[in-house]
Amino acid sequence: MSPEHPGGLTRPAAVRTRLLKVPAALLLALFQTAPSMTAAGITIKGSDTMVILNQRWAENYMEKNPGVVIQVTGGGSGTGFTALINGSTDICAASRPMKEEEFRALEKKYGSRGVEIPVAQDGVAVYLNETNPVNELTLAQIRDIYTGKITNWKSVGGRDARIILYSRENNSGTYMFFMEFVLRNKDFSPYAMSLPGTAAVANATSRDKNSIGYGGSAYAKHIKFCAVKADTDSPAIEPTEENILSGRYPVCRNLFFYTLRKPRGPLEQFISWVMGPEGQEIVAQTGYFPVKR
Amino acid sequence: MKPSSLSHSVSEKIIETFIHLSAAVSIVGLVLIFIFIGKESLPVFTSPEIRREASLSKIFLPQSPEPGEEKVFRWQPVSVVPKYSLLPLVVGTLKATAVALLFAIPLALAAALFTSEFAPSWLREWVKPVIELLAGIPSVVMGFFALIVMATYVQELFGLDFRLNAISAGIALGLAVVPVVYTMAEDALSAVPQSYREGSIALGATPWQTAWRVVLPAAFPGIFAACILGLGRAIGETMIVLMASGNAAVSSWSPTDPFRSLSATIAAEMGEVVRGSTHYHVLFFIGVLLFLFTFFINYLGQLFVERLRQKLSGTDK
Repeated sequence: MSPEHPGGLTRPAAVRTRLLKVPAALLLALFQTAPSMTAAGITIKGSDTMVILNQRWAENYMEKNPGVVIQVTGGGSGTGFTALINGSTDICAASRPMKEEEFRALEKKYGSRGVEIPVAQDGVAVYLNETNPVNELTLAQIRDIYTGKITNWKSVGGRDARIILYSRENNSGTYMFFMEFVLRNKDFSPYAMSLPGTAAVANATSRDKNSIGYGGSAYAKHIKFCAVKADTDSPAIEPTEENILSGRYPVCRNLFFYTLRKPRGPLEQFISWVMGPEGQEIVAQTGYFPVKR
Repeated sequence: MKPSSLSHSVSEKIIETFIHLSAAVSIVGLVLIFIFIGKESLPVFTSPEIRREASLSKIFLPQSPEPGEEKVFRWQPVSVVPKYSLLPLVVGTLKATAVALLFAIPLALAAALFTSEFAPSWLREWVKPVIELLAGIPSVVMGFFALIVMATYVQELFGLDFRLNAISAGIALGLAVVPVVYTMAEDALSAVPQSYREGSIALGATPWQTAWRVVLPAAFPGIFAACILGLGRAIGETMIVLMASGNAAVSSWSPTDPFRSLSATIAAEMGEVVRGSTHYHVLFFIGVLLFLFTFFINYLGQLFVERLRQKLSGTDK
């Protein structure tokens, strides 16, 4: 409802159409003149994990700002950094922080170490069956379980039963994150069963009493979230929204935008929109966690 | 009279051409599909870049996951070092197919023998369409049923570690195979001339002896063809195994382990794979393998059936 329209009272149809015509004409005028006025192009290149997120941001932003054209490509975080160094992209999207040699290359060429902006968080919750006596695991234990080194719950303080592994299909971003972040690029055990989607993993974990699964933290029916310890001495942290936003939950990484210099003009507007409520709402919708507050 | 017969022969000609054309279209379509799949899988043989990751020896022989480690068969296309061994997938496919056929063939043949030889005609008119209706159940429904309901019961019944395993997926697959085998086997049994049965009964054989010793052997070529068709269906079926198998690329023959089939691998991975990548071409290579598998099986079946038919009808020599 528009502000001139308090309480949503019905007006005569003729008045309503006239009211609609004004913004429509304005929009049309904006649309026609916009390209010549502010034909701003922004390119985002980098992380494959972030491609879908970047696309959603770009689509929504372009819809609201018809003068801006945002081009999104993937290729991997490394590709993105190379493109930033070569000057062929405005924003490098990265699922890992910039490495020292990349910083150096950037500094040598431009005299700037770039600007790092955390824009979202990528993380997974580890699921256990409700009846499982195990409540917490260290990151190392989760890694050993999923690479097939630990195969019995007894080794981590549970029942004497085989550990049943549920995983995602290898084309999923969650699979990639888990492999890179938790397994440290080791392979999954061949006995890890791949299911389509987080809901399927949560469902299977709820039906299988000796199973373990992973996925988003929004699915909680008949499963429990495993509290995770970064190492044996750290406290066990559950994947609650509070712990994730504060950065205490350890199965979580930042997703970044890198720019060469402090963003200005349309680039600055886009990035502050991404960081704002609308951009962060899209983060949550796409299945990632909003950035730390 | 003359013009009408002329138009008659013209229309006959048109219909004939039309039928020829339709037959040609389906054959041409098949050939084109094969050419397309074959072309997309060709880089596995020709491109040096792709052969470095997935040459035929890497696809079929064991590889060390990391230097110095024991050699194993691994299907792990998304990894730091991608591994493209197809053996786990072939094992998985054959394992599930074996379970499915062990379940489906006895059931379907017994049902076919019952309906054609023993059932009163009113019952036959009921049973046949109902079993054939089973073929109309979408395989996605069957897969869902296996995943949600059957897996739990099978696990509890046998006390298995894995909820999703080759037994429950194989049985679900078998349910899809039953109507295929049943329909063809029933037709084959019904096609046996009535005189065979009458002769057998007249010689003092019981109905059971007649069915088992006379009708069944006489219908054997058709029954064999039915089983081959069931085999083809089981190997190519995708949705049921995709949902109920667990999709773990394990190279174990144990029916209590989960498995990953060739067809389900294509279905699960083709959607997101980067076009032109090694992974993409290997998936098409799997398609070629599946195509050759079913082609070869059908050919063997045809050959065997033809031989048997000649032998049984006495035109062998």
